[in-house]
Amino acid sequence: MEEPEAAKKCIGYLPEQPPLYFDMTVLEYLKFAADLKKIPKDKRSSMVDEVMEMVKITEMKNRLIKNLSKGYRQRVGLAQAILGYPEVIILDEPTVGLDPKQIIEIRSLIMDLKKKHTVILSSHILSEVSAICDYVLIISHGKLVASDTPDNLGKLAAGSNSLIMQVKGDKEQIQLGLESIEGVKEFYIDVDEGSDVWKVTVNTEENVDIREQVFYKMAEKNCPILEMQSKKVSLEEIFLELTEGERVPMEEEKELLEESNLKEEILEQGEENHDGNL
Amino acid sequence: MTAIYKRELKSYMTSMIGYLFIFFVLILAGIYFSAYQLSAAYPKFEYTLSSMTFVFLIGIPILTMRVLAEERKQKTDQLLLTAPVSVGGIVLGKYLALVTVYAIPMAVLCFYPLIMVKFGEVSLSSAYTAILGFFLLGCANLAIGVFISSITESQVIAAVLTFVILFAFFMMNGISSFFSESSLSTCITFGLLILAMALVLYIMIKNVIISAAVCVIGEGILAAVYVFHSSFFEGGIQKVLEIFNLSSHFENFSKSILDINGIIYFLSVIAICIFLTVQSITKRRWN
Repeated sequence: MEEPEAAKKCIGYLPEQPPLYFDMTVLEYLKFAADLKKIPKDKRSSMVDEVMEMVKITEMKNRLIKNLSKGYRQRVGLAQAILGYPEVIILDEPTVGLDPKQIIEIRSLIMDLKKKHTVILSSHILSEVSAICDYVLIISHGKLVASDTPDNLGKLAAGSNSLIMQVKGDKEQIQLGLESIEGVKEFYIDVDEGSDVWKVTVNTEENVDIREQVFYKMAEKNCPILEMQSKKVSLEEIFLELTEGERVPMEEEKELLEESNLKEEILEQGEENHDGNL
Repeated sequence: MTAIYKRELKSYMTSMIGYLFIFFVLILAGIYFSAYQLSAAYPKFEYTLSSMTFVFLIGIPILTMRVLAEERKQKTDQLLLTAPVSVGGIVLGKYLALVTVYAIPMAVLCFYPLIMVKFGEVSLSSAYTAILGFFLLGCANLAIGVFISSITESQVIAAVLTFVILFAFFMMNGISSFFSESSLSTCITFGLLILAMALVLYIMIKNVIISAAVCVIGEGILAAVYVFHSSFFEGGIQKVLEIFNLSSHFENFSKSILDINGIIYFLSVIAICIFLTVQSITKRRWN
């Protein structure tokens, strides 16, 4: 942190609770933020207008911030972070407390932003992470436990794929059939409600698709498959696996990176910023 | 810094608080002015000013309680700390905004001696010296208020604490007269203070050897000085307490002396308080 002011200039930060002055109007607040970020005077008002248009708060610009709803406040905070178009935008749980429509809007805004900026997003909502992030870092107990793209993380986790089936027929025949298929790691056969319908769970090795083989094998054994469902490991399971390995996780934080052209550099910047703010 | 200064000034001028302060100073000045100058026809404006120094006890806490405490509570300090502005710039911007608010009633007070000129012989230079001293006294009090607002998150605590400290400084003459001026009692008081300091040191660093060493060395030096040069301690407590006696430094100004010592004293109080405020904010960032 030898040049804190230069470093802070290329970071836009939206904390969990947007840092808003309730006694100002939206326009006043954004002008103040622009002033604070030392945006040249001639560009200031046009940039404020642009940013307000981006987060769709132009029609609220003369309202006092204390009279805005949570969603609008969040958007004003986001506008403040975007202002000045910094290289790195850090968002701490940007969609918490918003309704589904607002969440979709914020997400699409983030998707737009990541075309031009590096967006570092911290979130506990994993569906959101898998929807918008290009690169995921999982931090447990202050330690980085995984960092990869969401797809690669899936491969990383053990016991990756499984098939869940309902098969009609003889239990022993099913057992024999499954044993003869390559790539099957283990399987369980449970009784289902129907008299000769079995609930079969098959765990397979990674990156092997055995669905066709299973189909033909069962057909050969004269055991019709009533239902087959292929289950991939979701980010949730990876997350649980990675963090529970660390014994009783008190606080798990997902740090997610998007649009990482220079991964290492971004990581450094991310850490730098944490030093700076917290 | 200018951005923060402008925002802060605007927020005082769009809320009650700034006007409340101005109202309070002006109404007290008006009451004393009409009593001393207009009714009693006393020609010295400095007399009015020196009798209304207690205005700061209530006015300053009102003005400074929210300046940093509120930022922290609303989490807006995160915006300021992540913006490309130094901590010193933040504090200075806020402090200057407070000084500007305070300068408004002072500017009005500057007209009072001119009114008096209409009715007779008035020494304008001594009146304006007193106004300068009064202004500096207020600025020093504001700096203390800013510092106290930076150490707490609650506006109420900040206000009460500022009041208590300003009140203690205000009553400093009375407080220092409680203590005996004899060298033995001064020496004992300092000895107890060193003991307390060593205890605080122990609580902070949890090291028995270092804090015990500090205690023994401190008491040793104190005892040695007492044995060889006991008159050194005479009135020592009063001398130390005098450092905190803000209003006594104003007294010279009210006796129509342009006291350079006093000016330097007030400026150093301001500088120290701003420095401490910056340090307390920086410290919180690393904790």
